[in-house]
Amino acid sequence: MSKNTRTDKFRRVNVDDYDENNYVDEEEGGENQLGPDEAEVDASIRQGNLNAALQAALKNPPINTKNQAVKDRAESTVLKVLTSFKSNDIEKAVQSLDKNNIDLLMKYIYKGFEKPSENSSAMLLQWHEKALAAGGVGSVVRVLTARKTV
Amino acid sequence: MSYHSFLLEPISCHAWNKDRTQIALCPNSHEVHIYKKEGAKWNRIHELKEHSGHVTGISWAPESNRIVTCGTDRNAYVWSLKSNVWKPTLVILRINRAARCVKWSPKENKFAVGSGSRLISICYFEKENDWWVCKHIKKPIRSTILNLDWHPNNILLAAGSSDFKCRIFSAYIKEVEEKPSPTPWGSKMPFGELMYESSGTGGWVHGVCFSDSGDRVGWVSHDCTVCVTDSNKKTVTASLNTESLPLLTVTFITENSLVAAGHDCYPVLFTYDGEKVTFGWKLDIPKQNVQRGMSALAKFKNLDKHATSDENSFMLDTVHKNSISQISNLDGGKKNCTRFCTTGMDGGMAIWDLKTLEAELKGLKIA
Repeated sequence: MSKNTRTDKFRRVNVDDYDENNYVDEEEGGENQLGPDEAEVDASIRQGNLNAALQAALKNPPINTKNQAVKDRAESTVLKVLTSFKSNDIEKAVQSLDKNNIDLLMKYIYKGFEKPSENSSAMLLQWHEKALAAGGVGSVVRVLTARKTV
Repeated sequence: MSYHSFLLEPISCHAWNKDRTQIALCPNSHEVHIYKKEGAKWNRIHELKEHSGHVTGISWAPESNRIVTCGTDRNAYVWSLKSNVWKPTLVILRINRAARCVKWSPKENKFAVGSGSRLISICYFEKENDWWVCKHIKKPIRSTILNLDWHPNNILLAAGSSDFKCRIFSAYIKEVEEKPSPTPWGSKMPFGELMYESSGTGGWVHGVCFSDSGDRVGWVSHDCTVCVTDSNKKTVTASLNTESLPLLTVTFITENSLVAAGHDCYPVLFTYDGEKVTFGWKLDIPKQNVQRGMSALAKFKNLDKHATSDENSFMLDTVHKNSISQISNLDGGKKNCTRFCTTGMDGGMAIWDLKTLEAELKGLKIA
């Protein structure tokens, strides 16, 4: 046996870095995307106007930005709004969204699935069911194929 | 509307001859089979065996009656009919990955091959050497070319690629044709010039098609969208997010209507009014399922196998039982198509008659 088998550092090499034909996504300016306005969202929740809170939370999605903190903040804001809905009101809220916002909502739902907490998954599944009825499997496929997401 | 089940394997690709009496198809193998309609039956009359890899594209030139095929063996063959036998001529494409799609140009003096080598080979016949020669279009393609369509002026070529973009290139070969006159897509058209590139934010572009006039290009991509761009407004792409599974193939049937089909196993009509794309109609006449009384044994068997005792929820009620992979216009061209044909992964071929569909599906209007 040769001595080289002792180290396995070669297994950690990222082969894609050395592939000159590697596809790299185009950089699109994302410095100005700050995510939803949390103050506006909180105000709506306090007033009890949950539909407005949802609309506000889906504004300015941080899709192109590389700043992970902005993305995390946006995600927690949206989650806060989704949790504050009562089960029976979810369907009406989803109906009030337009096509693009339904796709965006789906993206946030799947992002929320990635980091499950206490009861978040059960609540998110209810939202997923209603959003699927409105957006169809097309909205799910768009979440899966999106190169840049929230 | 008629459906014929050719095989159990998927039909990889198909092409029709000029009078639509013969169809050439690849039964997911290294061969191409040609079937002829005799009465009500389809009989296999020729087998084209030359490729050493799966045949991924077939194109049948209607006027000159030549077939070009391309395959995963990185080759293309031009077949000519001589005393009722199809004789192949090898075309060296100079690619190092599989060829994915091939199309004769409208004047049939050249053809284009898209491949996994991230380039398009434009092949034309050089009389002095009695040999097919090819030229490459490389920049700025960054991934496999999945499908191609020619503009009616025989120069421009639309290419859909898995780098998420639909592009229009100039494939002008000065050895075989005159300089082209300006089109709405641009006036300078040297070989390989990029005339248009879509802003790629979606998925792989599975199907691309020019309209009959060539002023519009439509494409379907894997993120479940249908997009159309008009050459008069090149920067604006009208796109529609569909609710169904990704579409794999698309064709124009009039200047304003497209029919697309894909993983949902039925063709769909879309309308483009110059501003946006809207969903038209689902073009399928479902078979009326006979509700037979189910025996207890059958009920529990279904519960065990399919987790449901409702027979209808797992049997597709569409004509095709698996994804549709290719659509082709039969009569009427792209201007006023009256019949089109679809083949799919279920090994079947369906011919759709738009007049019949308009009659049976109340409310269907083709713009």
